[in-house]
Amino acid sequence: MITDKTVLGSETQEYFINMGPQHPSTHGVLRLLLTLDGEIIRKVEPHMGYIHRSIEKMCEKDSYQQIVHLTDRMDYLSCHINNEAVCLTVEQGLQLEIPERVKVIRTIISELTRLSSHQLWWGVMGMDLGAITTFLYGFRDREMITDIFEETCGARLTMNYNVPGGLMFDIHPNFQKRTKDFISYFKTKLPEYKELLTGNVIFEERTKGIGYISKEDVISYGVTGPSGRGSGFSCDIRKHHPYSAYDRVQFKEILYEDGDSYARYMVRMDEMVESMHIIEQLIDNIPEGDYKAKTKAVIKLPAGEYYKRVETARGELGVYIISDNKKSPYRVKFRSPGFSNLSALDTMARGCKIADLVAMMSTLDLVIPDIDR
Amino acid sequence: MNNDQIKERILQWFPEAEIPAETGQYLNVIVTPEMLHPLAEKLRYSADTKFDYLFCLTGVDWVTHLMVVYHLDSTKFGHEMVLKVKIPDRVDPVVDTVCDIWKTAEFHEREVYDLFGVKFRNHPDLRRILLEDDWEGYPMRKDYKDEANIVEL
Repeated sequence: MITDKTVLGSETQEYFINMGPQHPSTHGVLRLLLTLDGEIIRKVEPHMGYIHRSIEKMCEKDSYQQIVHLTDRMDYLSCHINNEAVCLTVEQGLQLEIPERVKVIRTIISELTRLSSHQLWWGVMGMDLGAITTFLYGFRDREMITDIFEETCGARLTMNYNVPGGLMFDIHPNFQKRTKDFISYFKTKLPEYKELLTGNVIFEERTKGIGYISKEDVISYGVTGPSGRGSGFSCDIRKHHPYSAYDRVQFKEILYEDGDSYARYMVRMDEMVESMHIIEQLIDNIPEGDYKAKTKAVIKLPAGEYYKRVETARGELGVYIISDNKKSPYRVKFRSPGFSNLSALDTMARGCKIADLVAMMSTLDLVIPDIDR
Repeated sequence: MNNDQIKERILQWFPEAEIPAETGQYLNVIVTPEMLHPLAEKLRYSADTKFDYLFCLTGVDWVTHLMVVYHLDSTKFGHEMVLKVKIPDRVDPVVDTVCDIWKTAEFHEREVYDLFGVKFRNHPDLRRILLEDDWEGYPMRKDYKDEANIVEL
C-alpha cells in the first residue's frame, strides 16, 4: 500500500502551532494549541481564561440586584437572557408572582436579543469564510434592534433591563410599532441572507460534511443550543422547561440530524424565522398591568438551593444559587453554554484541515467572556 | 421515573446513600467519594434511569467539608436529579473522575480542581483551566486570602 510518507520519500512528523490568543477567527482571546500533521489537525487543545474575572467569586460579595449587572459581561450577545436567568432564579427563591406584562415583554426582548445575536453570528461567519459583504449586511440589520433596545432602556449592548421582580421601567410608547416595523423589514432581508450564503457553492463545499459530531457525543459533551440541535439533540429549554411566556406561544424546535457545520448553520437560520414568529404572536398581546412586582430593597433568599435553566442564543445557561439567608448568596455557579460547547471542538476538528477549523468555530458561535466568566 | 421511584432505586443499589427528606427543586442524593463512581455509572447506564446528560458540575466549599455537585438529566425520560459527593478531607480532597461516563466532566472537573483544589483520580489531563499554571491557592474556597487581587469593600 502506498502511503503519503512513501510518496514523499521521507518521514513526516507532527508539529504544534498556537492559534491565538490574538487571532481574528477566535473573536476574542482564546488560544488553541493545534497538533498538526501537515495541514491535517490531529488534536485541538483549547487554553482559556485570558479574561477570567471570577464573576462567581464577585457574586458572593454582591447583593442580588448587583449580580444581574455582572451577568451582562458573560455572554454579551445574550445579555438580556442572562439577566433574565438570574432574575428568574431569585424570583423562584422568593416565590414571587410576576406580572403577566413582565413575562411577555421579557420574552419579546429575549427573542429580539436572539435575533440580533444570530445576525451578528451570520455576518461574522461569512467574514470568517472570506465574504466581507455578510458582515455589513448583518450589522446593518442588527442596528435596528439595538436602536429599539436603546430607546427601551438607554443601552445598546449591556442592557440591564431586568431586575428581580420585573423590569427596570416600562416599555417606550414606540416599542410595539418599531418592533413590528423591524419584523416586516427583516422578513424581506432574511431571503437575501439565504441567497448570499446558504446556496453558495463555495460555502457549501466548506461546511457540508465538515466538523461532524454525533448525537451521542453532543449529549455527552453537553453541547447545547443550535450547536447541539444541529446533531439532533433536542435540548431547547424553551420547549422542555418553559419559562416566562414561552408556554403560550407556538414555535418549532429546529432539529437537523447531519451534525456538520452546515447543519449547525441551518439551525440558526431557521431559528431566526421562529424567533420572528414568537414575537409576532406576542407583540399585539402585551397585557396591561405593572412592569414590576414589589420587592424589598434588600433581598434575602430563604436558605436553600435554586437552579434555573434558560435558553440563550448559544445554548443552555444554568444559574445555580445557594443561599444561607443573607443579603449575598453563599455560592453562585453559572453553567455557561460556551464552556461546554468548546469542549467538543477537539472531537469535531480531528482529521479536518486548519481552514475548516475556522468554519467550525464559527458554527459553534463562541463568545469568549461566556467561556471564561 | 418520578423522584420517589429514583430514590427507591438508588437505595436498592446503595442503602447507605443519604437522601434528605426536604429536597426542594430536585431530588438530592449525598454520597461518599467511594460510592460516587459506581453510583454514577449505574445512573448513567441502567435501562430505567439513563441519566445521559450532565448539565452542571460544580464545587461548593462548606467550610467543614468540600462538596462536588452533579446535576443530571435524562434526555430519554426527562427526569432530573442532583448527585452530591461530600469530601471531608480539605487538605487532600480526592474523588474519582466521571469523565469516562460523561465527557463534559473533563473540562468541568478541571475547573473545580482549579478553583476548589479537588483532585479527580484517573482524570486524563488534570491541570488548571482558567487561572495561570503557577497560581497559588484555590480562589473559590472560603478561606482564600488574596490582598493583591481581591478588594474587600
